[in-house]
Amino acid sequence: MINMMMLLLDLRTKTKFFSLSILLVLSSFFTATGNAQEPVRIAFMDPLTGTFASIGNTGLKQLQFAADHLFNEKGGILGGRMIEIVPFDNKQSPTETQIQFRRMVGEEIQIVFQGNSSAVANTLNSTISKHNRRNADQEVLQINYSAVDPILTEDQCSFWHFRFDSHAVMKLDVLTDFIAMNEEIKSVYVIGQDYSFGQVVSDTSIRMLNEKRPDIEIAGNEFHPIGQVKDFTPYVTKIVSSGADAVITGNFGADMVSLARSIIDAGLDVPIYTFYAAYDGITATLGADGKNKIRLVHNESANPYPTEKRKDYVRAFKAANPTYDLTQARIHNALMMVVRAMEETQSTDPYDVATALEDMRFTTLNGDEIWMRGDDHQLFQEIHVSVHTDENIEFDADNSGYGLYSEYRVPAEDTIIESSCKMRRPRR
Amino acid sequence: MLEVFVFATLNGLVTGLLLFMLASGLTLIFSMMGVLNFAHASFYMLGAYFAYSISLKTGFWAGLILAPLLVGVLGAMVERYGLRRVHQSGHVAELVFTFGLAFLIDEAVQFFWGADTKNYRSPEILDFPLFTMFGQEFPAYRGFMIGISVLIFIGLYYVLTRSRVGIIIQAAITHPNTVANLGHNVPLIFMGVFGVGTALAGLAGVIAGPVLTTFPGMALVLGSIVFVIVVIGGLGSLPGALIASLLVGLLQSYAIASDVGMPELLELLGISFDRNHPLNDLWTLSLPQIAPILPYLLLVLVLIFRPAGLLGKREE
Repeated sequence: MINMMMLLLDLRTKTKFFSLSILLVLSSFFTATGNAQEPVRIAFMDPLTGTFASIGNTGLKQLQFAADHLFNEKGGILGGRMIEIVPFDNKQSPTETQIQFRRMVGEEIQIVFQGNSSAVANTLNSTISKHNRRNADQEVLQINYSAVDPILTEDQCSFWHFRFDSHAVMKLDVLTDFIAMNEEIKSVYVIGQDYSFGQVVSDTSIRMLNEKRPDIEIAGNEFHPIGQVKDFTPYVTKIVSSGADAVITGNFGADMVSLARSIIDAGLDVPIYTFYAAYDGITATLGADGKNKIRLVHNESANPYPTEKRKDYVRAFKAANPTYDLTQARIHNALMMVVRAMEETQSTDPYDVATALEDMRFTTLNGDEIWMRGDDHQLFQEIHVSVHTDENIEFDADNSGYGLYSEYRVPAEDTIIESSCKMRRPRR
Repeated sequence: MLEVFVFATLNGLVTGLLLFMLASGLTLIFSMMGVLNFAHASFYMLGAYFAYSISLKTGFWAGLILAPLLVGVLGAMVERYGLRRVHQSGHVAELVFTFGLAFLIDEAVQFFWGADTKNYRSPEILDFPLFTMFGQEFPAYRGFMIGISVLIFIGLYYVLTRSRVGIIIQAAITHPNTVANLGHNVPLIFMGVFGVGTALAGLAGVIAGPVLTTFPGMALVLGSIVFVIVVIGGLGSLPGALIASLLVGLLQSYAIASDVGMPELLELLGISFDRNHPLNDLWTLSLPQIAPILPYLLLVLVLIFRPAGLLGKREE
């Protein structure tokens, strides 16, 4: 027995010694390279495991690539500092987001990219506001690249939050314009997930269609529980018998694919207007059946890409990540604007970066000028309506030969709408 | 209105029979081992993914045969090398084991196949409308789904009630020790039943994958509803599982097809509420909106009025 104890003790001292020596080696390594400046660390907080993992992982790949390709490989930023992207997995849950936020603050990271689910973005927004009020020397900046609930730049707007996507009402304004132009559409069926974004899509699209084309009849307005529907065929039966000529939906993920598949399987030949019916396996699954039927309203990232610079960027991304797609141009736009703000102020302090971002005008890889409005921190950029097709597709999605082709483009200046935001600014 | 009714019935049948394929395996396993297999829906997902991978190489039909066999063998191995060892520690341990297995399979699927939706297609030979009624097509593939499910039910019923194997299985459920004393290998029977049960789940996955989309969340969507069916039908009862499956399938389908809700009900009663009423959400609720949770409501009702389930025998 005593022998055993001795042995254990011996082992423990040995491991201790071992870890100590590792520490020593490591620290000597760091001092040796210590002359190189410490990296600028940026957090990426989105679902990296679980049901919505595919969207989060694609986003992470794009941010990582933007940081490496645009900056790190060219010698870094702020005179030689590298950008380090640190992933945090929030499982798209508001509760988990708060835990991960604590971790992030513990690691002294002050800028966070987040995009998936407006519910999570809202949580992060209020958590950050509270945190920044209490920790004036350790503020955090929220870079929202994809959550489109209007409230984030309206009633809930915050100095510490910047949105680089166009919000749902802006997109619906463009989409309903596009639908209104189509004289053949006489009645529309709206179907969506029963939660905040689905409700916004339904209410707004019906209101706008009533204004723009009072003759269009709303054949149906249906909500279904999010992520609970096994088979959409019963819903499609209703759409068919309502005689609608078009369907509008804000569905995403599996709810989007199943709905589109059921509509196509039922032989219903009407256009389907969506927000998220592309990439992450969706384009490949819809394939030939969805051709010229599925349309998306979205920011830039559709064929034809306007500049060689932009095409080269896609090619470089595909070369580095053959199984992923460059789905969200707003990710690299956001990173480029944040870096520009850091260079202008020669600082990585969130307050300085935020101030420089306000009213920044920035020329993208596409050659367009985009504008971050200072009043509510909403970015204005071109909005497209694109069709799912395999014709004139230079850059496809899911390596399927199918992709998005832009049919209707609205320039940034025509997407500007009023905001009810009354922003409270921290004093410096 | 008639068109909606006809198609709602057909849709309900398709869903119901699909659910039955899952529920039959689950209820068989339960009646034999007294264990609710939480990983059952995960085997359903495995079936879809196996069939998808096989269909890329050799087409749909090979997947239809091979994928359920693969899932069945996997299930049998899980019973032989996992569940049987855990069995000695009692039912709670078995329950926790299958619960953990469900997580493991879900993560493994994402690890090997990735998190995105898979383009698993129905065979081209069935890519035509079986019939067109009221301007709406009924895809042949759905007819095929109904056919397979009915065949499975008849086959299963025949084997269990008319064949020698079935008699031994039935005896092993109620009197395992006596059956063992008569010289039958009871653990082997258990393993076989577990394998066949999971193979049925796999088969359900194979034929459901193309229509209900193949993605890592598919087990989650179907998992809970299958338990509901097994409990409604009566744990361990095969006919009960069939009735409950059809009931749940048709109930959901009719609820979605209907256009009534609280506003109509209130109007009938002559009550009206202000739009700004704090419970406005409740007063505007419609039946289609709550369709997917109706089975759970049915579950509560059954548990209150017939705790043993529709055809279940109450345990004394």
